[in-house]
Amino acid sequence: MSLIPPSLIPPGAIDCDVHPAVPDLRALFPYLNNHWRDQVVQRGMGDLETISYPPNAPLSARSDWRPASGKPASSVAQMREHILDPWQIRTAILNPLYGVHLLFSEDMAAAFTSALNDWVRHEWLDRDERLRASIVVPLQNVDMAVAEIERCASDRRFVQVLVMALGETPLGRRHFWPIYAAAARHGLPLGIHPGSSYRHPVTPTGWPSYFTEDYAAQSLALQNQLTSLITEGVFQKFPDLTVVLLESGFTWLPGYLWRLTKFWRGLRLEVPWVNVSPTELVRERVRFTLQPLDAPPTAADLEALLRHVDSDKMLLFSSDYPHWQFDGDEAIPAGLPAQSLQRILVDNPMDTYPRLGEP
Amino acid sequence: MNAQNPSAVQKPQAAMIADCDIHPIWNKPKDLYPYLSRRWQEHIETFGLSHRHGWQTGTPYPKGNASGYRNDAWPEDGGKPGSDFNLLKRDLLDANNIELGILNATGANGQGFQNLECAAAYCTAVNDWLIEEWTAKDPRLKASIIVSYEDAPAAVAEIERRAGDERFAQVMLLSRTAEPLGRRRYWPIYEAAERHGLPIGIHAFGFGGYPITGGGWPSYYIEEMVGHSPACQALLTSLIVEGVFARFPKLRVVLIEAGFAWLPALGWRLDKLWKTLKAETPALTRKPSEYIRDHIWITSQPMEEPQPREQLLDTMDWIGWDRLLFATDYPHWDYDDPAHSLALRISDENRRNFFRNNAREVYGR
Repeated sequence: MSLIPPSLIPPGAIDCDVHPAVPDLRALFPYLNNHWRDQVVQRGMGDLETISYPPNAPLSARSDWRPASGKPASSVAQMREHILDPWQIRTAILNPLYGVHLLFSEDMAAAFTSALNDWVRHEWLDRDERLRASIVVPLQNVDMAVAEIERCASDRRFVQVLVMALGETPLGRRHFWPIYAAAARHGLPLGIHPGSSYRHPVTPTGWPSYFTEDYAAQSLALQNQLTSLITEGVFQKFPDLTVVLLESGFTWLPGYLWRLTKFWRGLRLEVPWVNVSPTELVRERVRFTLQPLDAPPTAADLEALLRHVDSDKMLLFSSDYPHWQFDGDEAIPAGLPAQSLQRILVDNPMDTYPRLGEP
Repeated sequence: MNAQNPSAVQKPQAAMIADCDIHPIWNKPKDLYPYLSRRWQEHIETFGLSHRHGWQTGTPYPKGNASGYRNDAWPEDGGKPGSDFNLLKRDLLDANNIELGILNATGANGQGFQNLECAAAYCTAVNDWLIEEWTAKDPRLKASIIVSYEDAPAAVAEIERRAGDERFAQVMLLSRTAEPLGRRRYWPIYEAAERHGLPIGIHAFGFGGYPITGGGWPSYYIEEMVGHSPACQALLTSLIVEGVFARFPKLRVVLIEAGFAWLPALGWRLDKLWKTLKAETPALTRKPSEYIRDHIWITSQPMEEPQPREQLLDTMDWIGWDRLLFATDYPHWDYDDPAHSLALRISDENRRNFFRNNAREVYGR
């Protein structure tokens, strides 16, 4: 098998995880009604950036992608200059991470989330035809989340429903199922991205001391969410739903599946509706974005690990722009099999996101 | 290759082995009364145990098998599995040629009790019970010192009380603590353990009061069981990133019953993050994976089961064959049988290290 060296991104790639930044809360004013604009002013609400990405932390933006003033990735012009043009990206999927998921008031959350989606539509999708986006949904209220999907889904440039990795209750729980029904009905995968509403500490033993621990915990959160979606029976109930785990690596996947599948064999009496091995379910229905890779030290180790994963259909190319996950143009790690590259860069994203194939 | 055929490999029970996770249990709290003062006997009778979950007895999620035990481990006298020394001696120690068995007295053992005075008294009682009822009866058995880790001064006092006694082999904590284990409130425990040359054994489970996922309480026991691996990854992240190994360079930590296949990928993730974020943690002078390599031992049960099974050998190579410790988890339902564990073609040296020598090395017993 021929392995590729770290390399430039071939033209025509589909980038499945990039992050547009809302310049500040007032940038949403054109998309909020008078009531909410007054609330922002009267109550002195500040910006909705969260502790998940401290603005000046090195991980939050690569130094060569930081503008002289303002936030990184806060304009289409920056994104064009940094990635879309030089890498000749065919399509990039926008995943906004603005902190609307932390709000406690259901009404405020729904209003601000709608404003965020409208901001993405007008300030980004209308300005560059290479861009597509995820619909952010207010999980604070399931009815409102479904309504937001219905409101946005007719715009075919929205290709996914986006939720954060850590909320109030695990994502497999049945009260969330109307959201998955709506996503499946509209051909939208469910994307789960690092981030927390901070209703609970990010670790099961309480609040950590350092940001490093918070970010490390996000991939653990996605493992727990995958367990929840599988054991609650979401994949059986919604046979057309695909789940995409964003920005949390995949090198943890084999060890995780070995454990889950072993316990499923021992404990399936508890969840009898899970009538397919979790390993098989994940292979068929779950996809993973490439960056950050969290790769082993050598290309040979990565090759062994990919044998454990045993599928080249699960990986989706992503740059995670503007987060600092790699230097220069070396988004493709050493050790990926050359014959899988086309799948990862184009074919898998096209299969995962049906709307990308539309004219 | 015939690596998946158990008959093609040497039977491990022909050799002596070390079992790094055996669970003895008292039948009822009254069995501990000989080791508890009248004050605490009356307190427990009146107010019960103050653990961080809502049931008077039992665990938050009903287990998959009656109380989580093997069906064949119930003593004929009607006691609990793990309560009868003679049965354990016959079915576990003698049957499997075990020359060193590490006793981890989990269960409602005082650890994590909200009433800190009760917690300390209860832990002391369990340690006395372990000596009287177990290690005194068979020199192959060594016990873990149970300490009330949420009260570091009390935990240190218990370590000082036991450290000179060769019948104890390590200090045991549970994984579900009130704060991440790297936080400084726990450091006196590490200081005492390092000073006495005792490893810290961190056994999965316990009740810290927080949901096992950072995103809320799951519905099912299987989710909690699978979740113990991410929970242990979070606590190990805390130990490394919060600088415990940088501060205590001789500290050895044994991770117990949370699986092991996750360990290499966690090291890769932390190394990548350290490269980007090391300005945040200047106490860390080495890559996180190097702290793991030098300070962490890990028990095998419940052993992950890839298909094909040889893939596990890559994982064990990545961890290092000098760091893996065999454990049965007797008498619990997901027991690993040494005759069928690791039915893979590996070198005699690696097999001896895995089943025996690594345990002798880390515990010095």
